[in-house]
Amino acid sequence: MFGFGKSDNSLTMDKPQPVSRLDTTVQGLVGLGVERVDGPAKVSGQAIYAAEYRVDDVAYGVLVGAGIGKGKVVSVDVDAVKGLPGVIDVVTDYDTFIRVSQQGGETEAPTQGVKDIEYFGEIVAIVLGDTYEAARDAAIRLPIEYDTGAGVFAFSMDAERDGDLPENNTPAQSAQGDIDAAMDAAPVTVDVTYTTPSQNSAAMEPHASLAMWDGDGALTLYGAYQMPTSDAQQLAKSLGVAASKVRIVSRFIGGGFGSKLGIAPESVAAAVAAKRLGRPVKAVMMRQQVFDVTVRRSNTSQRMRLGAGTDGRLVAIGHETTASNLDTEDYFEPAGISTHFLYAGENRKVSHDLVRVNWLLSGSMRAPGEAVGLIALECAMDELAEKLGIDPIELRLLNEPAEDPEKKVPFSSRSLKAALTQGAERFGWSKRQPAGARREGDWLIGMGVASAARANTLMKSSAKVALHPDGTATVSSAMTDIGTGSYTILTQIAADMLGLPLDRIRMELGDTNHVPAAGSGGSWGAASAGSAVYLAAQTIRQKLAKAMDVDEEELTLKDGQAIARNRSVPIGSLTEGEPIEATGTIDKGKQEELFNQASYGAHFAEVGVNVVTGEIRVRRMLGVFGAGRILNQQTARSQCLGGMTFGIGAALHEELIHDERTGKIVNRDLAEYHIPVNADVPDLDVVFLPERDIHANPIHAKGIGEVGICGAAGAVANAVYNATGIRVRDFPITLDKLMPHLPQE
Amino acid sequence: MQFTINGQRREADVDVRTTLLDLLREHLALTGSKKGCDHGQCGACTVLVNGRRINSCLTLAVMHQDDEITTIEGLGSPERLHSLQAAFVAHDGYQCGYCTPGQICSAVGMLGEVAAGWGSHVSADLSSPGLNTDEIAERMSGNLCRCAAYPNIRAAIAEVGADHASAAATSARREGVSA
Repeated sequence: MFGFGKSDNSLTMDKPQPVSRLDTTVQGLVGLGVERVDGPAKVSGQAIYAAEYRVDDVAYGVLVGAGIGKGKVVSVDVDAVKGLPGVIDVVTDYDTFIRVSQQGGETEAPTQGVKDIEYFGEIVAIVLGDTYEAARDAAIRLPIEYDTGAGVFAFSMDAERDGDLPENNTPAQSAQGDIDAAMDAAPVTVDVTYTTPSQNSAAMEPHASLAMWDGDGALTLYGAYQMPTSDAQQLAKSLGVAASKVRIVSRFIGGGFGSKLGIAPESVAAAVAAKRLGRPVKAVMMRQQVFDVTVRRSNTSQRMRLGAGTDGRLVAIGHETTASNLDTEDYFEPAGISTHFLYAGENRKVSHDLVRVNWLLSGSMRAPGEAVGLIALECAMDELAEKLGIDPIELRLLNEPAEDPEKKVPFSSRSLKAALTQGAERFGWSKRQPAGARREGDWLIGMGVASAARANTLMKSSAKVALHPDGTATVSSAMTDIGTGSYTILTQIAADMLGLPLDRIRMELGDTNHVPAAGSGGSWGAASAGSAVYLAAQTIRQKLAKAMDVDEEELTLKDGQAIARNRSVPIGSLTEGEPIEATGTIDKGKQEELFNQASYGAHFAEVGVNVVTGEIRVRRMLGVFGAGRILNQQTARSQCLGGMTFGIGAALHEELIHDERTGKIVNRDLAEYHIPVNADVPDLDVVFLPERDIHANPIHAKGIGEVGICGAAGAVANAVYNATGIRVRDFPITLDKLMPHLPQE
Repeated sequence: MQFTINGQRREADVDVRTTLLDLLREHLALTGSKKGCDHGQCGACTVLVNGRRINSCLTLAVMHQDDEITTIEGLGSPERLHSLQAAFVAHDGYQCGYCTPGQICSAVGMLGEVAAGWGSHVSADLSSPGLNTDEIAERMSGNLCRCAAYPNIRAAIAEVGADHASAAATSARREGVSA
């Protein structure tokens, strides 16, 4: 009767959205720390990850990587292993196999072609077996002949540097005023170089793809991927098939942290082999291959220059960074991204250069740019505060800019000052003592602080909401949940908007058969997909209002009832027996240019350094964050715990070591690449500041997944300095770097 | 080969190279036990064998004839969660969920070790270790969590551990054993 059917509600963020329906819905579920809706499945082993789907007649694929760091494959001796029991075949396709993983969000194929070996471990073949054991055995034995070439296996700042690079969230080169003259004239300066090593996301689930083709030439790939919509496009381009012929399913992903943004070599290898064999192929990377061939965060060398007046006001900020990558790849670690806008100061220079090396691809790892860039900036600010004799928090407050100091646009919302001052109070910052002054037995104790900033982005995303006659609703989208809590926060949004209990919302995510979405990455997931659900639900609200013959503003939806003008009916009864469907789509718009949008925060750390052994223990940490509306207190807090712990890892533990003879990663497993373990992480305190961002999106939320790492390592490093008086500028800060400088007993 | 897995008699014809983990995941469709490293470095594959926690990737299936094996699926189901499973949900002791089955199986084994009086590196009194935050952190450090839910994992285990300890004390009193 009302002609409900399907409809669309699209919003491009060209204008601010001062009114959010989430502020007037009455159930109040959004914001609460409700338990994860997928929790019971996860804790009982019922959540199914990529490698765990049961399909008949599956062949096990084991990837084979090159045993040289640079050169060509001359031959692969398939016959040497094909006769082994249980071995089906060895498949390679020198032209189609992808040489590197793709970067996140790209819609083209990554660099293809594996006849040429550009880095150690590059995947050149896949061995197929009836069992995993047979395939693995043959993969280990497979003879490959190479023509070894000369490569660049060590990073050197003396090498030629490439600075003419396409923009990567920030321009490669930028300057304002005259940094050199300002540094010469400034009475107080810091000119130091910080270095950080290559790192690996090391998600707990290794990359995995289960590929199967149907009779119509369509591919279904169960994969561990963060961005299925664009991943399917990358995969289709790599395989030379139409995008409509590729479906990716990623319902549960065992962590990503950037490493599963773009397709990785196992996806194409599995798809090619499945086609060749005419049966499904499952390819799971060994942990060592995750380190060898997925993606690393680049090592960096960062020259940091700060010039200030004796009053502490900055007049010069220079952040000249150099990262590394393969010479076919232009991705640079955008380490200076937040230096553009974090502090005031007229004369500025931010640059990004690359040194070309034959190491595995560098790309995105949690908070690409800020995670390592803020180590240099925030430690240099600590150094400047020490030189000025000004408290580090006071120095930051003094240099709070009124607007974006380069783009000259306002901040959409910015709670940095509140984070610093409230955090200082909560942490007991006033008890901090001069460097090296506090000692308890064999332990030197220190406190450190650092600002947190992470650029906020919105990515085009859709979600479909269907309200069923039985009073339940289904939300579907190609959005993913990589542990971030998407299933839960989208359930909360849909429940509040539709006035339904949480258990009446069914979530269907992680499948490109659903409407497209940007997936999970860059802290955009919750705000982008959440806005899409909001928009779809808003349309359904309007239809329900029409069915009640009232304006949408008059309608109250609560506990499954639609209430207006003294009338209360079950919501499902308004559907006329057919589901009401609506698709919401959000997209970025002019607000992104008219305002500087970012999440902010402040990190506080207290460490103990053993004066005899040099052992460093983080004793406590506090993170205070302003990230717009917090959609779920509990899952948001967990994201920050994770980010802060990544910061502990970056400060004290994590370092990929490249063999300078071959580029091979020497410590390519979880025993040798050290990530923080339970005993390394004390109880962490997380506080969210009340904030709404009307320029960001209609739900007023900003990103929370990465701001927790941004600055965290700097706070730990500054605490180590405050404890010991020793400034280590080569990360991670390990005991061998402290030992020679510790007080002699 | 015969095994008792989650209380059920199971049979499998396995390759001598098949690990207990691959037996569970690939042969018996028990994919709750996770493969994170296949080298005993991450703990995601932790299961209970005859009541003890072990890395199932580091042991061959053929070594377990007639053993009693408990996996995450055997502890509880979404409808009937084990107390530790429920505590992990309540305390958000996970994010991506991939290390979680191993964390929970490990915690079950660990609480048993504490109840049995096994000391640890951080025990002040090796003959009678308690279950404080430091003990949990130390004893659970073989189970990596890259999402870093560690504080929440400790909170979940502490909650159940407190009940566990009081139950053990009650049981000990009943049996006339001094605590």
